[in-house]
Amino acid sequence: MSDTEIQDEAINVDTEKGNFKYPESYAYDAGVGLNEDTIRYISKVKNEDPWILDFRLKALEVFEKKPMPTKWADKDLENIHFDKIRYYLAKGQQPSRTWDEVPDDVKETFERLGIPEQERKFLAGVEAQFDSEAAYSRMKEDLEKEGVIFVGSSEGLAKYPEIFRPYFGKVIPTADNKFSALNSATFSGGSFIYVPKGVKLKQPLQAYFRINAENFGQFERTLIIADEGAEITYMEGCTAPKFETTTLHSAVVELVALKGAKIQYITVQNWSSNVFNLVTKRGMADEDAEVKWIDCNIGSRLTMKYPGVVLKGKGARGEVLSIALANNKQHQDTGAKMMHLADNTTSNIISKSISIGEGRSTYRGQVHMPKHLKNCKNNTECDALLINTNSRTDTYPAITTRGENNTVQHEASVSKVSAEQIFYMMQRGLSEGEAMSLAVNGFVNDLMKAFPMEYSVELKRLIDMEMEGSVG
Amino acid sequence: MTTTLEKPLVTSTEEPKWLSERRASGLSLFNELPMPTARDEAWRFASVGRLSIDDYDVADAPSAATLAALDARSALIQSRAGSLVYVDDTQARFEPISAELAAQGVIYLPVAQALEQHPELMEQYFLQESTELGSKKFFGLHASLVRAGSVLYIPKGVEVSEPFVNYYWTSGERAAVFPHTLIIAEDNAKAAVVDIFFSETEENEALNISVSNILAGDGSNIFRKVVQDWNEKTVSFQLDTTVAGRSTEVRNLAVNIGAARARFENQARIEGPGAHVKMYSLTVAEENQDFDQRTFQTHNAPNAVSDLLYKNALLDNSRSIFSGLIKVAKGAQQTDAYQTNRNLLLDPTAEANSLPGLEILANDVKCSHGATTGNVDENELFYMMSRGIDKRTAMKLMVFGFFEEIIEQADSEELADSLRELIRNKFETKIK
Repeated sequence: MSDTEIQDEAINVDTEKGNFKYPESYAYDAGVGLNEDTIRYISKVKNEDPWILDFRLKALEVFEKKPMPTKWADKDLENIHFDKIRYYLAKGQQPSRTWDEVPDDVKETFERLGIPEQERKFLAGVEAQFDSEAAYSRMKEDLEKEGVIFVGSSEGLAKYPEIFRPYFGKVIPTADNKFSALNSATFSGGSFIYVPKGVKLKQPLQAYFRINAENFGQFERTLIIADEGAEITYMEGCTAPKFETTTLHSAVVELVALKGAKIQYITVQNWSSNVFNLVTKRGMADEDAEVKWIDCNIGSRLTMKYPGVVLKGKGARGEVLSIALANNKQHQDTGAKMMHLADNTTSNIISKSISIGEGRSTYRGQVHMPKHLKNCKNNTECDALLINTNSRTDTYPAITTRGENNTVQHEASVSKVSAEQIFYMMQRGLSEGEAMSLAVNGFVNDLMKAFPMEYSVELKRLIDMEMEGSVG
Repeated sequence: MTTTLEKPLVTSTEEPKWLSERRASGLSLFNELPMPTARDEAWRFASVGRLSIDDYDVADAPSAATLAALDARSALIQSRAGSLVYVDDTQARFEPISAELAAQGVIYLPVAQALEQHPELMEQYFLQESTELGSKKFFGLHASLVRAGSVLYIPKGVEVSEPFVNYYWTSGERAAVFPHTLIIAEDNAKAAVVDIFFSETEENEALNISVSNILAGDGSNIFRKVVQDWNEKTVSFQLDTTVAGRSTEVRNLAVNIGAARARFENQARIEGPGAHVKMYSLTVAEENQDFDQRTFQTHNAPNAVSDLLYKNALLDNSRSIFSGLIKVAKGAQQTDAYQTNRNLLLDPTAEANSLPGLEILANDVKCSHGATTGNVDENELFYMMSRGIDKRTAMKLMVFGFFEEIIEQADSEELADSLRELIRNKFETKIK
């Protein structure tokens, strides 16, 4: 049986995974630090319209004015040195269309990331992000025929301003928070997607993200618009190489689901344990539309991410399903926001976290129902599992309710894997580590089912890897 | 700030040096700490913009007639071990303990007399526990101006079956009062205290900043019940703390009916293993009442249990905030900590805010919190109506059923009946 000595032993993070990097040969490099010149440089390299430059410069002003949120957030944020970060870096290449055009070293990176060849066959299009620009982008012809647009942020704003500009920065305004302002000033890369009326994508769209330059912050910008009755699933997964100094990742993801549309956004975040991952994600759901965030955080040093849904139209639905795994020296500060702005809207939040070693996981939530609304419902469940004696978990929800016939329920629980369970499994021949791993997989199993099959397989593998050595 | 409360208290008798020092440091806390703003996490959702303690004065002594009249109205609980009545911080009644209890070493005195007769005890415990939940500034003001209150000391192993009952009335216009409750229970002692807050009329505007400190020694059993029924012109702060030792059983029960705005900070710190702490609260809010409740359950020792249940029923444009935190320190293994907040919205314009928080730094624990907000269950209503009960009666049954879970914890039929009566007076006509 486990004694506390074994339990207290530190957990070995598999730091080798994704621990590789290639010579830096960046054609465009905006240098280190952030000021107006950096912004002008980025905009010039990208050959942007003047309105985008204006947008960036205003955002820079907001960023500089906003204080760090350290009065409630992790003090670790103070260790980000904004003047030591590279804000833009690209291969200087046009986003490639065919696999042959992708440089060999990039291909090799993908090999090592383990995007299986056969997986690509099933996926409708793969947009893999190598550093800040899309290095590889392909869409199946039938998608193009249906009028689906799947491009990088720069290309989206340049080629399809009439589609993307009306919603760009509208779901998440620049001044939403300090890091959304930072992203608005420095964004590059990411995906802009438009799914026309009534088009239902059967296969998920997918993009892999990578960071591959020391001290280089990645500020991708994603905007997905599902027109009336359209349906789309988007998958985002990431892994980053290990570096000596910290890196900053600060994305902005905006989803727009028009009347009756459905958007499902899936993230598997596995940055290396030196990355600050400070992300703003929000969806807007119109009448009878549905926005669903499925979010899995395994990596990074500090993640702050609270996917939200603004339930703007009658009968809209919002959902956040999240799994967080905090290993030694990691802080997974995640949560969800549900803003009910119309009658008959419903939202559901299910959050499960696992803290291993000295890992810390935090849930922050906000549910808001103003007084003029009727028949709105929210359900929130947060479960935390603590593996070792020095693991930590926090829960900080905030719920405001008014109106007629609105109901909100919030439940949270904290527990450990019961000694009886472990004993039972060990009696049947499993090692303590295997038993613990099985118990943890059981804890997240019902959420795992919500992920597409290939992701849940990948996730199980990741959790097993993280659990390795957690119990001696 | 234009409040006249910054004047140092002029006391008739000379105070000991330690007390003057504590009053002075309280006053500097009050003067130096800023007024809370909407940006303070401890005041999240609070309508701090409308919070003002300006233009109140330390209450003058009421007339003898007023004292007598309000003393006569202080009749909620008949069987008691001792009783105190204050009107605007002036003593109107002191009903001391029996000779038998005094012989056992029990002390039950007004603050002023306790300072004279038991200076060592007071120096050790009086004004030593401050709230950590955001109102330190107001605790400072209390410390500098407190003169009314009860001090209860129960020696080792002594059990007192009847409760000690204290009434605090406000009477004067723009009067500020600072009632204090100090309960010191030695090992295996047992006692119950009831604190009751009333206003003379529906109109007299008052400011209350009360503090209660419970120190529960190993194995002791303490039950404190608070009935807050100020008029709806009162601004009230209740800053309560409990420190629980090994194997104690401490219960806190609060019934909140009155005040224009009431901030209630209630923290329980568990310092000994095996402690069992319960915190119950029932709030009935109407019109523009604003109830701001902050709680903190700290587990610094293993094998302890804490359980919190806060229920709010909200009518009209009233507003409530429940912000609770359970903190389980490193090493506080085998902790069971629970926190439940239930809000019943009876009008669409009422607002309930709920912030149930957990900070868990030990792994072998069972902790949970739940918060629900909703209207009366339509199915239950339908069930009763389909059995011939008219809608208004059915609503009443359900709403009073919601209250009953807390009221029945009062552990005294006499008090429970009084509570039902108070709530009925305020509430019954309101149910549609």
